[in-house]
Amino acid sequence: MRPEMNDFSTVAPPSHAEDVLSSVWNKVRACMQCGTCTGSCVNAHAMDLTPRELWRLVQLGLKDEIFSSKTFWLCSSCYACTLRCPRGLPLTETMGALKRLATAEGILKEKRSPRFYRSFMDTVRRYGRVREMEMMARYFLALRSPITPLVFTPLGVRLMAKGKVAPQMPSFSGRGKLDALYRKVKEVEARS
Amino acid sequence: MKYVYYPGCSLEGTALEYDASTRAVMGRLGVELIELEDWTCCGASAAEPVSYLLSMALPARNLARVQSEQDGMDVLVPCSACYLNLRKVEEHIRNEEDLLGKINEVLEVEGLSYRGGVRSRHLLDVLATDVGAERIRAEVKHPLGRIRVAPYYGCQALRPYRVFDDPEEPRSMEPILEALGAEVHAWSMGARCCGAGLMTTKKETALDAVAHILRAARGADCIVTVCPMCQMNLEAFQKKISRREGEDLSVSILYLPQLMGFAFGMKASELKGDMNFVFKPELRQRLQAGPDLAA
Repeated sequence: MRPEMNDFSTVAPPSHAEDVLSSVWNKVRACMQCGTCTGSCVNAHAMDLTPRELWRLVQLGLKDEIFSSKTFWLCSSCYACTLRCPRGLPLTETMGALKRLATAEGILKEKRSPRFYRSFMDTVRRYGRVREMEMMARYFLALRSPITPLVFTPLGVRLMAKGKVAPQMPSFSGRGKLDALYRKVKEVEARS
Repeated sequence: MKYVYYPGCSLEGTALEYDASTRAVMGRLGVELIELEDWTCCGASAAEPVSYLLSMALPARNLARVQSEQDGMDVLVPCSACYLNLRKVEEHIRNEEDLLGKINEVLEVEGLSYRGGVRSRHLLDVLATDVGAERIRAEVKHPLGRIRVAPYYGCQALRPYRVFDDPEEPRSMEPILEALGAEVHAWSMGARCCGAGLMTTKKETALDAVAHILRAARGADCIVTVCPMCQMNLEAFQKKISRREGEDLSVSILYLPQLMGFAFGMKASELKGDMNFVFKPELRQRLQAGPDLAA
């Protein structure tokens, strides 16, 4: 392939999408809408937009339509689309970038997933490693749902019976092992 | 053979049996594992949706520790998610010119710095490529006879980077299973996603994914896995799925090094066989009985 074939650098993103979407737009601007990603996706049946449709909306900069979809929250990061994309686009990473943007923009059609990721990363910040039971306790607290813990209780009980996990209540005070690292990440990211 | 060992968080919790069997089997094969001191979480699949730089800095912290403790040695990683996150750092710093600089600015607060270049290797890669089927065969004391095994590779050991196997039609486990004397269950589900983290956030979708895999394993005595997330998803929800699908889809799920351990004549207790959620008594008996009963 000639190098210039994938070079769309002279094409500007749609103006209304510039701020929020420009980094994501860059990742998929060479998408030719072949649909190989959709055909490769094990979760496409559960998505409100297929991956191919989502990329088109990104190309068009239609922010509201993109973030009212739950499609990117249904990506399980299996990398089948990334592997097969004939344009070699980083599609799985782009799904991750959309999760990040939706959280940062506070556009939360989806409640569970961002709270789960946040609870997970808070546990890592505190201990340096994941403590599964404490992480789930944090997640349940964040969800404020009386039902969700019940759905997971049977699994938690079986894990405890096997001696794999011990019940742990989250502690929210005191210093965390990775506090300094997390703070620095925030600082460097704010600068760029 | 010597490797730095990065167990990852799951192997201290829900996947204790993966850790125990990996150490036991590698010991028997004469492979020395030096556990990385003060290792921390790789970020799993939760860092990327929160912060890109954090998703690079967390694994890089561990790679920097490897470099400062055992420079030049490969890191052996049994968890596919950890493996991919560690490897991803290498790929990304090669392609993004300012990334390593940013990572090092962050790592400075930990008194660390990273030059790049540490090689992360999946446990299956080390077994298939470095150790090899012939070396494994030499340790077999209880050939597995007619035990039929469905090899399950999952996603992140194979994709997106092509390293040691075909990312769509993986075969690297087959010579190992054959060396153990097992029969390989031919199926097309070996590289199909188990739903991963969706089991927590989008349960119905993940249950669909697992149901497909379990159904295709019909006829096999067990599925073997090389990832704690795959193992958990495949084993922990079988009753629920069977009820939902209206058919018995239960099948034993073992970690590959557990199966290897049985073939090496190790006891279930050494391999923490009591910790598996689905390990059917008849299979357990055949695995422990040795060559006579197994054949």
